[in-house]
Amino acid sequence: MKPAPFDYVRPGSLEEALQALAGHPEAKVLAGGQSLVPLLSMRLAAPALLVDINDLPGLDHVRADADGVRIGALARHAAVLADPDVARVQPLVPLALADVAHATIRNRGTTVGSLVHADAAAEMPMVLRLLEGSIDVAGPGGRRTIPAAELYVGPLESSLHHDEIAVEAFFPALPAGSGVAFEEIARRHGDYAMCGVAAVVAVEGDRVVSARAGYLSVSDIPVVVDLTEALDGSVQPAALAAAADAALAQLDPETDIHATADYRAHLARVLTARVVTAAHDHAREEQR
Amino acid sequence: MSETTHDIRLKVNGTDHDVAVPARRLLSDALRHDLGLTGTHVGCEHGVCGACTVLVDGQPMRSCLMFAVSAAGHDITTVEGLARPDGELGPVQQAFRECHGLQCGFCTPGFLTTITAGIAENPDPTEDEARDMIAGNLCRCTGYQNIVKAVCRAAELARPAQDSRSEVVQ
Repeated sequence: MKPAPFDYVRPGSLEEALQALAGHPEAKVLAGGQSLVPLLSMRLAAPALLVDINDLPGLDHVRADADGVRIGALARHAAVLADPDVARVQPLVPLALADVAHATIRNRGTTVGSLVHADAAAEMPMVLRLLEGSIDVAGPGGRRTIPAAELYVGPLESSLHHDEIAVEAFFPALPAGSGVAFEEIARRHGDYAMCGVAAVVAVEGDRVVSARAGYLSVSDIPVVVDLTEALDGSVQPAALAAAADAALAQLDPETDIHATADYRAHLARVLTARVVTAAHDHAREEQR
Repeated sequence: MSETTHDIRLKVNGTDHDVAVPARRLLSDALRHDLGLTGTHVGCEHGVCGACTVLVDGQPMRSCLMFAVSAAGHDITTVEGLARPDGELGPVQQAFRECHGLQCGFCTPGFLTTITAGIAENPDPTEDEARDMIAGNLCRCTGYQNIVKAVCRAAELARPAQDSRSEVVQ
């Protein structure tokens, strides 16, 4: 349970950090380390070099405006969760963050770090994908924006290059007439969920005009399913059942020590109905 | 093969310690092995159990999920730093004693540090808030009932003595 030896640098500028990464394909970036350090301790990963970015200036910002929420690479989950402007502009962010591990982990772990760690059992990658957000990364060739739809390519695998550092995440604002909801089922609150679902529902009056749901822990990457057609405007029980069928047709739950594939499918079905209903209620409240 | 070490200064419970550690030295191991502060306990060593929780700049964090080299430059408070300046038990320690909040004691250092920060942030927690405060710490003996009582009692003990508590938390 001790990490294998590695070299360590703690640069004071983004340029130095990028230089440190450039020559080392075996290097990893260390921010909060709440997912990386256990992987190192269990020797599931053994990078030759850790580039600790905690001293980089100007990356701990949390900014919310009419467009959405911008979160710097060194903003801790706890700081994002406590920000009232984030909750106002995109309420799904704090709804999901409250279920990211425990408060002690959120004090150190970073939201951007969680996003690029790309764990399909984590909350924030699914939320970024559902909200069609993006990540800004800095690399030797400058800065580029990766849309969430192109970010997650496999289990624990993002489309970042080894010499790039994620510097900022962007979560779009919740549009008028829309509502959101999030729910997950874990053995204990704060543990990895066996299944989690979030929904964004847009309404005109009572009628659903669009509905999308995101799923965590039921496939090996975060999955988003458009439920608009299956719901056909309604959130009555028959429509919700049709939406759950549509979702399950695109999910591939697996059995592990925490839950069987059948149980995960059951949870996905139940949670789909719950979060679509809750997001619909939220959208109607927002209309008033 | 000798491993490269880093010369760092760790500030723990108000005292500076100069140590040379390899980069892979976990903060929990640096506290215990290099500084001899064995009050911080190591349970699961992957961030689940909470026994190794210390305060970093006043915030509870897992010392097994930080490298000592990353902790340089921060104010660390361990369970050894929670007693009052005169050596008497701090409010959270006193409450654990009064409420029988521990049995074997292995998990206790992590609870004491977590609750110290928790009642600084929320000086009057409800029972539900007390449960939420300790949700990230595992105890295999007590069944938590008396720990929840101890959270509320610690808050009570700390409230009239705001000044001494701020000294304890730093």
